[in-house]
Amino acid sequence: MTAVRTVSGKAVSLPLDDIDTDVIFPARYLLHTEKKGLGRFAFHDRPEIVAAFEAAGHPQILVAGANFGCGSSREHAVWALAGLGLRAVIAPSFGEIFRGNCANNAVIAAAVDARHIGGLHAAAAAGGEIAVDLEAQEVRADTLAVPFAIPAGDREMLLEGWNTTTRLLALHGEAIAHFENRQRAERPWLWNKDETTP
Amino acid sequence: MTDTKNAQTLYDRLWSDHVVARGQQGRDLLYIDRHILHEVSTPQSFELLRENHLEVRRPETQLAVPDHAVPTRDRGAGIREELARRQVALLEANCRAFGIEYIPLTDERQGIVHVIAPEQGFTIPGITIVCGDSHTATHGAFGALAFGIGASECGTQMATQCLWQTRAKTMRVTFTGALPAHVTTKDMILALIGRIGASGGSGYALEFAGEAVRAASMEARMTLCNMAIEAGSRVGLVAPDDTTIAYLDGRPRAPQGRSWDQAVAHWRTLRSDDEAFEREVEIDAAALAPQVTYGTSPDQVIGVDETVPEASRHTMDYMGLNVGQPLAGLPVDYAFIGSCTNSRIEDLRAAAALIRGRTVAPGVTAMVVPGSTMVKRQAEAEGLDKLFTAAGFEWHEAGCSLCVAMNGDRVPEGKRSISTSNRNFEGRQGAGARTHLASPAMVCAAALAGRIVDVRKEHVS
Ligand code: SF4
Repeated sequence: MTAVRTVSGKAVSLPLDDIDTDVIFPARYLLHTEKKGLGRFAFHDRPEIVAAFEAAGHPQILVAGANFGCGSSREHAVWALAGLGLRAVIAPSFGEIFRGNCANNAVIAAAVDARHIGGLHAAAAAGGEIAVDLEAQEVRADTLAVPFAIPAGDREMLLEGWNTTTRLLALHGEAIAHFENRQRAERPWLWNKDETTP
Repeated sequence: MTDTKNAQTLYDRLWSDHVVARGQQGRDLLYIDRHILHEVSTPQSFELLRENHLEVRRPETQLAVPDHAVPTRDRGAGIREELARRQVALLEANCRAFGIEYIPLTDERQGIVHVIAPEQGFTIPGITIVCGDSHTATHGAFGALAFGIGASECGTQMATQCLWQTRAKTMRVTFTGALPAHVTTKDMILALIGRIGASGGSGYALEFAGEAVRAASMEARMTLCNMAIEAGSRVGLVAPDDTTIAYLDGRPRAPQGRSWDQAVAHWRTLRSDDEAFEREVEIDAAALAPQVTYGTSPDQVIGVDETVPEASRHTMDYMGLNVGQPLAGLPVDYAFIGSCTNSRIEDLRAAAALIRGRTVAPGVTAMVVPGSTMVKRQAEAEGLDKLFTAAGFEWHEAGCSLCVAMNGDRVPEGKRSISTSNRNFEGRQGAGARTHLASPAMVCAAALAGRIVDVRKEHVS
């Protein structure tokens, strides 16, 4: 994954709460088995949202409402948003699985205090630039500078551009093997008798 | 007496038992004992393995089944829809390439991931289990730490058997009293979501407790845990007890013989200390009415005897409702009994029991889609299929079907559906479809009446 430090550019405002991943990526397009090119299905059944993206002129940042990305775990929602060119989403809160999916796709999910979201919506709607600074954990627009929250592990992974899977094996391979040996002794029913220890 | 400092919830116990490495700020590397796969969320997960030249670490801990995209009628002809056929074939090919057991469409063990894994005894207490599907919380009904993940995480789990996770806070939801007749665990969970909101459980692991939970069957507990995600929580738990153990005894993938005894001894230790919860919610189950949603978020829910409250103009227009209008009496076009929330044998029995010689109202399309082929066969052995079809219900093969409307089953634009599924999101049952969530008995009663009715008044026992 490529490292992400600061995302800055145009933003689009979507000031609605509880936008679920079915709205972001309607289920009938889930039959597609690729990751690339899914932007064309984003918000497909909500033409007014698609129009807002177009009016904003290829925004890199989405300013959203509370509980954004709730519902289905479909990572297609993030792939589709990334396909539209988004590299950061700012909201008061996120669906938890969606937030994890963002981190795995180099998209910053920045949680700002609900008190500050109105100002950011206004800035986005006015067509100004917004900067999401991952190092400083701060969103800036015009005269505004507001802190945002992101799980420490997600932030580190995004900043370093790590590959979660290979890094995990490299750093924790021994700890995993150790755990497995212990579990095999203590909870033998979780292991097939003929299963070879990896 | 328990020392409050050492007091632990079931969630804490399950978590501690699976920590491989400690991280920062409550983030730990967790060992994931089991993974269930379906065709929709895993194509890109296998790509992740290939791109990184990785293998599946413990293929024995993985189980795959097609459910979302599969047709639920005329299955003899195979899958006609091109993309769906390719997607299911891809799952089978990926499983073969990586040594994972794949349950084919023609197998009697086939069905919705969250129905078949417990049915096979693949889900047991005390384990961590994941799936690229948000309703994985269902398996928490067994006292397993079960949660939904994204496709990338599915790949990571297969390669490493581990995931980095942030520990949630714990919330106990106590349902006091006994449920009244014709009120179910579906109504309990809908009432909870209405109370705390669609993000009210965000950041929390829920544990369900109290008289109404202890009295519930495993099927009913699965319904309860299934919709934890609709309250914003990834995890819904019920502590294992005799009901759990009796359900699992003799299941094909459950431990057998001496292993079974060892496992049961461990399962008996899986419980919460009373004082350990960070938040408590109490709901009087005895006072609950059958619940029905009126909006496009699962927290927009009321008792069937109430009137539609304030909601956004957009939502009211989408649903074709007015503020102050009663839900009872509202005509329906579709009635769906199915989904991982309510497609188990007890759900079908509860619905069938209401028919009593009556027929589906003219103009209503009513369908029953069993959660697994085994549920379907069981229902057929009991003659439930005959009751349904004689009444004018369609009787389908197992799958997700109208819960997610990606297999060809779909509610047309502007049509009103009453459904036992878990999501009333815009477009969930088809673009422009209007969905009301309710229990199997409520859906069956509405199908027969042609309008939303209070099942407590309809039923003459
Ligand atoms: S039945 Fe519905 S909610 Fe359950 S797994 Fe299938 S699509 Fe998801």
